[in-house]
Amino acid sequence: MSEPLVFQFDVDGNDFTSAGRASVQVKKLLRELGLPADVIRRVSIAMYEGEINMVIHANGGVAEVRVDERDITIILTDRGPGIPDVNLAMQEGYSTATRSIQSLGFGAGMGLPNMKRYTDEMRIDTEVGVGTTITMVIHLPQPQ
Amino acid sequence: MKLSTVKELLNAKVISGKEHLGRDVFSACGSDMMSDVLAYVKDQAVLLTGLVNSQVIRTAEMMDMVCVVMVRSKWPTEEMIDIAERADIVLMTTEYRMYEACGQLYSGGLIGEAVRRE
Repeated sequence: MSEPLVFQFDVDGNDFTSAGRASVQVKKLLRELGLPADVIRRVSIAMYEGEINMVIHANGGVAEVRVDERDITIILTDRGPGIPDVNLAMQEGYSTATRSIQSLGFGAGMGLPNMKRYTDEMRIDTEVGVGTTITMVIHLPQPQ
Repeated sequence: MKLSTVKELLNAKVISGKEHLGRDVFSACGSDMMSDVLAYVKDQAVLLTGLVNSQVIRTAEMMDMVCVVMVRSKWPTEEMIDIAERADIVLMTTEYRMYEACGQLYSGGLIGEAVRRE
């Protein structure tokens, strides 16, 4: 695996029901690559939470997953409203989601903290009125 | 505990995945808030929920869960059944309410490990 593998997905912002489809595909692709189950689970959960966020808050966007020998990198880019206060958004329990989203089982203010919990590195680049890019890195176990 | 025992304890009707009832499970979790489910990692889990939408099954799939039990006789959508079948997830429905369903499984021996966060 000398060249990184790059997968790209459009995340449809108009359909809550379809949110998570890209994560399901990524999970399948990573399984085919024979990666460890716990790594696949962490990548899937982090990306799934990100995808849900893009649908709930940002009218969709683009998800890119890069796999090389050392890391899996997930880059989620949207042209949504941006996050005015990232520190506040990172607090467990803080959410700007509506009650109707909460009735669907999300919007409890756990999305971003969960993404951070399951990844080794996470960076949020955001500008109000322009959009948000979230980059998450998960290190692959290295042969001793 | 085998999923067939889960089915018996809950007097549940299996909607999809009958062929997987021989699988062993060691822990379960009951919640209508999918982000809470996603915050806790357990192995081989059963998800009990009163929520009806496709994200319930996707959440289970992301967590490598093998069974979703819908409480209070809730019935899944066609899309939920379709996703569950493709992901080899056993989908069942029980008349028990959440509290009772969890109690049945716990007292039946599905105690599981202490909650741990990754």
